Amino acid sequence: MLNETPGDRTVLEVENGSVAISGRPILRHIDVRIERGEFVALMGANGSGKSTLVRTMTGLRKPVGGTVRIFGSDLADFDDWHRIGFVPQRSTAGGGVPVSVWEVVSSGRLTRRRLLRPLMRKDRQAIMDALDVVGLADRSRDGITTLSGGQQQRVLIARALAGDPELFFLDEPTAGVDLPNQQALAQALATLKDRGATVVLVAHELGPMAPLVDRAIVMRDGRIAYDGPPLADHEVHGPLFGASHNHHHHPAPASRDHAPHVASPLDRTSDGEGR
Amino acid sequence: MDILALDFMIRAMIAAVFTGLAAPVVGTYLVQRRLALMGDGIGHVAVTGVALGLLTNTSPTWTAVVVAILGAVLIEVIREQGHANGDVALALLFYGGIAGGVLITGLAGQSAARLQEFLFGSITTISPDDVWVTMALSATVILLGVGLAPQLFAVAQDQEFAQVAGLNIRAYNVLVAVLAAVTVTVAMRTVGLLLVSALMIVPVAAAQQLTRSFRTTLLAAMAIGVSASFGGLMVSALALDVAPGPTIVLLALAGFVLTWPVGMWLRRRRRQQLPFDEIEPLAHDEIEEHPHEHGENCGHPAVPHGDHVDYVHDGHRHAPHGVHYDEH
Repeated sequence: MLNETPGDRTVLEVENGSVAISGRPILRHIDVRIERGEFVALMGANGSGKSTLVRTMTGLRKPVGGTVRIFGSDLADFDDWHRIGFVPQRSTAGGGVPVSVWEVVSSGRLTRRRLLRPLMRKDRQAIMDALDVVGLADRSRDGITTLSGGQQQRVLIARALAGDPELFFLDEPTAGVDLPNQQALAQALATLKDRGATVVLVAHELGPMAPLVDRAIVMRDGRIAYDGPPLADHEVHGPLFGASHNHHHHPAPASRDHAPHVASPLDRTSDGEGR
Repeated sequence: MDILALDFMIRAMIAAVFTGLAAPVVGTYLVQRRLALMGDGIGHVAVTGVALGLLTNTSPTWTAVVVAILGAVLIEVIREQGHANGDVALALLFYGGIAGGVLITGLAGQSAARLQEFLFGSITTISPDDVWVTMALSATVILLGVGLAPQLFAVAQDQEFAQVAGLNIRAYNVLVAVLAAVTVTVAMRTVGLLLVSALMIVPVAAAQQLTRSFRTTLLAAMAIGVSASFGGLMVSALALDVAPGPTIVLLALAGFVLTWPVGMWLRRRRRQQLPFDEIEPLAHDEIEEHPHEHGENCGHPAVPHGDHVDYVHDGHRHAPHGVHYDEH
């Protein structure tokens, strides 16, 4: 990469970042700089720390050392959240109450709405556009649970899109998604790229998204093992980067003993990290 | 109809309408977070609050509000710090609350009958001051619960996304806990602490049988809640000589019993009409002869499949093709 001064082009910068979970060091010596308009794939085996890194970049996890700067300001002071679109790992698309696709996507608009104001025409337009990009405009009135897993993932992308952000973080959007839906996802991401968005994509495998990637960062055991031009899927899982390719696309259910967790009010447990 | 003009009855009707509207608002958020029993837990903790009021000769409503809010925030802290549900820790809190309440009431030298008023409600003995408190607190719960619906919805739906969207999730979580505590103490006079959760949860359970979106669930639950609480009061005052609290709860449950089969039928129909995947059939299998012509009123469900419809017939999918049908 060119040795540019950290100016307008840098949207995200991690300097000597380290992250610990429950006192155990997970990420060490992380130095990353992401430039405007880049499409970066963050890859690595399970447990290599790629999800933790993205959670640190979005402020969900506080670094114990180093700095994270986003759009030029320290993450602790950052409050332009409408410039960021986050697509978390698909977890709880359905709560206990029926929820429509439209409602999920409209919550992505909250970054731009003021308290106690109804949806303006501009908001509705943005929500409709976001649904159009992921190809689900005709499903907006349907309950989210009537959609397939891959379609639900596209809804989450539309939700991030609805706030018109400049920088996207996607955490394993293709995990457990069938090929036609992966292609639809790739198409939506290509639209984002064409619009000039910066994308940080956590992926175990790129699949149909491979042609979009400008740069690959490969994590291994909590450190950055590679940062450069895109790699093919099989190279990432080669011996250089540790674990061989295994098909653990679904996180194994966390094991729990059957003793009553009476101590839980006082004991801070590590919150299901390292998937 | 004279009874309706009596002062105590008018107060009871006002209290019933306000609590019937407010309780399902909070209930919707609790159900969405899968914390349907949280209201029950707060109700148990509030028993201690009532007893403290009896012991110190202050208003049991206000001591119950304070203790319920403390209990609700404590439950929220347990939830945030520990496992997602930390249910054993919650159970400890519940039983501590009710045992403490009964013990302190005994210390205060009050009879069980006095505590009974709060455990099972006594809407017809509500005082004018209590009506004002009920109206003010219920209106606050409704305004915040409906006004901040987009934010509260986002936080309950996906906490991590809400945090990256810049919402202060801890503040919103505590707000829901406090609203739940306030609702519990408000509804305590209507249906009683032991049944309070029913007025929060049962209308939501009934409403969600028929709805597809969060917003309509919230509004329908409010409608069912207010019908049940007002209707229950009327039934108990005019038709039967029974306590209003249990009547209200049973009426809400009747609403659920009515909507449940309809919901099952709706869900089943929706599943049947889900389009089939747009995949080319493996082969062109013609059906030899067909007893009738499929059409709008043939009794076989027509399901979209790409550019045509398949008729579901005895577990087969019949697609019209010229003069015959294909197996799809």
